[in-house]
Amino acid sequence: MTPEETEPPHNHIVKAYDDEIARLNQLFTEMSGVAEAQLDGALRAVARRDEEMADQIRLGDRRLDTLDTEIDALVVRMLALRQPVANDLRLIIGMLRASSDIERIGDYAKNIAKRVPALVAMPVTPHTRSVIRLGRLVQAMLKDVFDAYADQDIAKAISVWEADEEVDELYTSVFRELLTYMMEDPRYITTCTHMLFIAKNLERIGDHATNIAETLHYQVSGERLDERRSKADELGPDMLDGDSPERAP
Amino acid sequence: MSMTEDSQTPEASTPVETLTTETTPKMIGRDVSVFYADKQALFDVDIDIVEKEVTALIGPSGCGKSTFLRCMNRMNDVIEGCSVTGTISMDDGDIYDPKVDVVQLRARVGMVFQKPNPFPKSIYENVAYGPRIHGLAANKAEMDAIVESSLRRASLWEEVKDRLEQPGTGLSGGQQQRLCIARAIAVEPEVILMDEPCSALDPIATARIEELIHELRENFTIVIVTHSMQQAARVSQKTAFFHLGNLVEYGETEVLFTNPSDERTQGYITGRFG
Repeated sequence: MTPEETEPPHNHIVKAYDDEIARLNQLFTEMSGVAEAQLDGALRAVARRDEEMADQIRLGDRRLDTLDTEIDALVVRMLALRQPVANDLRLIIGMLRASSDIERIGDYAKNIAKRVPALVAMPVTPHTRSVIRLGRLVQAMLKDVFDAYADQDIAKAISVWEADEEVDELYTSVFRELLTYMMEDPRYITTCTHMLFIAKNLERIGDHATNIAETLHYQVSGERLDERRSKADELGPDMLDGDSPERAP
Repeated sequence: MSMTEDSQTPEASTPVETLTTETTPKMIGRDVSVFYADKQALFDVDIDIVEKEVTALIGPSGCGKSTFLRCMNRMNDVIEGCSVTGTISMDDGDIYDPKVDVVQLRARVGMVFQKPNPFPKSIYENVAYGPRIHGLAANKAEMDAIVESSLRRASLWEEVKDRLEQPGTGLSGGQQQRLCIARAIAVEPEVILMDEPCSALDPIATARIEELIHELRENFTIVIVTHSMQQAARVSQKTAFFHLGNLVEYGETEVLFTNPSDERTQGYITGRFG
């Protein structure tokens, strides 16, 4: 990889094309920043049972939706007007795909925040900690993948992609832990069920971060980064799960 | 970008891997260089033209793509001071062998030009001319059959069948170009060379020619020079990118347009040259 290729892909003969690419990058950077903040806020709201913050997160998701729509529109425009090829095409398609992953990440953060009012009504339980730990891990993954995007860093994208396995493992252990609590004391069932959904949402955010890593890899190298790992997150016999993401509780 | 500086020197070109394909190549070029007087226009081009595929030659003006195209049926022979070195063979026969009859060669390797250039004769005569001088028809009925089938294969028959005796020059630009294609295929060539066949046509006529190229591929090997990269992407299976007389990159069209391996190719197709 030469230094030129990591720089923003400027100097098209048609200047307006460069401006559009710059705008796309700018929207994408903002979107990733907002998504990180949304997840961070949702986790803090859960940890502190902070309803006010949860409300903010719920409203904050609109910004992500708006940005996603803007990116969509810009991409459609660029495809129609510029007929991009090669690295330009990969960049534009990459942004389109990654932004819809980020939009979904935002939805999950919102869903997590939406559970906070229900948790407030429940007795404080010890289960929050491991879910928050899962959250921090996913958060780190998200930060890494956005850093990788900013630097167009393939090696980092691969490490994010591999880190998802860790998230899956931790999710499985959190799942078992919560199940154990519920069996021990039925009064915890409601809280633990909420925590379970939160954990599942976090695990899905990890999957989207992985998608973004794959997208980045393709965008930079032109080669796909899948089918390398046999996903280690096959469900245990005690885990009921549909792979369908929960949009709203 | 330093790219444009580097590419000023032909020596800086990366070695081009010869594309290996399962299918047998129809034409093979090896170390093909072309000189106009003492100025070298093409540098050691190695290329395999795959049978019954469309190969697009792209690159900026003066990159050598048309020069190479003209080598393939020895059109360069007629240019004063032009010399060709290296070898170009078709089905294992060297086309530059002194024993080769150039007229016969050009019947096997037909050509369609940028500007439609029908003869100032009737539509019928435009198509019948080639078969007549090559003695392909024994009588009028056979000639009629050749003319009809050539016009049909060029997707022009329905439009001209009732006015075959009218001058070819009276047709629209797109029709004239299809007439030229009919004329080229009337002598049953094996390879058809097209030098920017759509650059003088409107988008609808262009689409017709592109559709036609797609159909012709069933029976002919086609090599097309085009300035429209979208056209190259649409019609071809293989694309060769020329720059400053070098064949920079040659490969599957899809790969070349999504993931080119040479920076010069990327710079050119994404519109960053200059």
